[in-house]
Amino acid sequence: MNTDQNKLPCSYFTDTKPLLLENGTSIDELTVAYESYGKLNKDKSNAIIICHALSGDQFLASKNPLTNKDGWWNRMVGSGKPIDTDKYFVICANVLGGCLGSTGPTSINPSNGEEYGLNFPVITISDMVNAQMRLIQYLEIDKLLSVIGGSMGGMQVLEWAASYPSNILSAIPIATSSRHTAQNIAFHELGRQAIMADPDWSGGNYIKVGTNPTKGLSIARMTAHVTYLSEASLTKKFGRRLQDKEEISFGFDADFQIESYLRHQGLTFVDRFDANSYLYITRAMDYFDLEKTHKKSLTEIFEKTNIKFLIASFTGDWLYPPSENLMIVRALSAGGADVSFVNIESDKGHDAFLLEEPEFDDAMRGFINSVSIEAKI
Amino acid sequence: MNNNRTDLELITSLVEEGIRILDVGCGNGELLQSLKDKKNVKGQGLELKQERVNQCVSKGLSAIQGNADSDLSLYPNQSFDCVILSQTIQATNNPKNILIELVRIGKKAIVSIPNFGFWKVRLGFATYGKMPITKKLSNNWYDTPNIHLCSILDFVDLCRELNIKIEKTIVLSSNKTKSYNGSPSNWSNFFGEEAIFLIKN
Repeated sequence: MNTDQNKLPCSYFTDTKPLLLENGTSIDELTVAYESYGKLNKDKSNAIIICHALSGDQFLASKNPLTNKDGWWNRMVGSGKPIDTDKYFVICANVLGGCLGSTGPTSINPSNGEEYGLNFPVITISDMVNAQMRLIQYLEIDKLLSVIGGSMGGMQVLEWAASYPSNILSAIPIATSSRHTAQNIAFHELGRQAIMADPDWSGGNYIKVGTNPTKGLSIARMTAHVTYLSEASLTKKFGRRLQDKEEISFGFDADFQIESYLRHQGLTFVDRFDANSYLYITRAMDYFDLEKTHKKSLTEIFEKTNIKFLIASFTGDWLYPPSENLMIVRALSAGGADVSFVNIESDKGHDAFLLEEPEFDDAMRGFINSVSIEAKI
Repeated sequence: MNNNRTDLELITSLVEEGIRILDVGCGNGELLQSLKDKKNVKGQGLELKQERVNQCVSKGLSAIQGNADSDLSLYPNQSFDCVILSQTIQATNNPKNILIELVRIGKKAIVSIPNFGFWKVRLGFATYGKMPITKKLSNNWYDTPNIHLCSILDFVDLCRELNIKIEKTIVLSSNKTKSYNGSPSNWSNFFGEEAIFLIKN
């Protein structure tokens, strides 16, 4: 990751009013890099925020200038798509702690003019949401039609609903959890250890030193990527097929297609992601525990909420399995919330929410449509 | 499951204005829609089939995919003003447990059943010695979802055993309906094709 990221073509919002963080410190100069799609209507009632996942970014439905690939949710968001940009104004902001333009460890620390690196404060999901709230206030939007997100995006959605219930009409947390489980934390720890074990991480000072822990970061990505898939999808896609060879090599080259695929995933990831950002964002996810942050049970947090919820999970997702999502549904139901829950049959693992699942699309379209009818849009 | 208009209308008539209801086995949301339109209820549906949940959600109705047999435990005591189970109890694995759950989570519950004591059912079996097929019970024995059929009297007995109070009963036969405060008459077990019970703990 280089430091001229501010040149990425998207919108920027900067705020010199300090952003107080959950750990007690603050960010004195906040930048939020964001993309928006569609048009904000006159009474500013058609705005939707979409929160991205760990390795996502603000390039939701437009070409990512770093990878030159389509936006990560191009399938879901656009003209005539389930989240229809002909009708809604869709905002997606790079998270606080990210590395694509929003304030994060690669940003310049205004107090000393150097990159933050490990001097960047340890941020949380609620800090991310507070930064987005600043953006929404700047855009003078009082009420969001919906807040939507999968995985870490879903955590932000839950945090939005818990912290700013009067600012949102509906919420769609997808394939997520109200707190990180031991297994979730364990996988993140593997990734972080891989990064920190890379000598080029240089104690977190790699930008200053002029190195880049690409090995560590790509191993972190490889580990994480496996958790986004499923045994069924791996078997279907790769099986035991060999990569460009007829026989095994009796060596440690990428004999199998799955090895080659993972290596490729790791290698391409380092071109668009910063290692320290990866540490900070995974930490924020690990610390996520809605009940602990709000010092109430899930049911109490959402008791008598007026927010309309759609929760979606996928049967083949073992990272944030249906049971975790159902726990949220249970709590919402117990608290009297208006909640819908769809559990989509899919063998594609956690990544299913990003992939072609027509039943999921229909549920999204229908739900958002019903919310917009109720909001008279 | 809510494929009977009269059944739907009668259940709607038993529901009070503006209350919070749970429709167990809500299908594609026909009853929920009717209750929303006519009684302005805050409705929530529970349905086994994903496709039907999607249909509900796409109509703007709130629904959860789940199983009546296992997922009613999800809801805390008295969390709904009224819980509705329309033409479904006979298709569940454990009707007794479900009945207990209905009056636990609902201040009141409405349960409608096809009556296996209906004279046409009796006549069909007595005459042909085969599993009866009627308008209400239209499946063959081998492909019916109805694994726990009962008569009106059976249902009344079970309520008594569980100390569940029957507040009201509506019995339907062909196009006639008869309402009872409390349990229905024994005759209704012969002439009624279907019964709707308003019960509470």
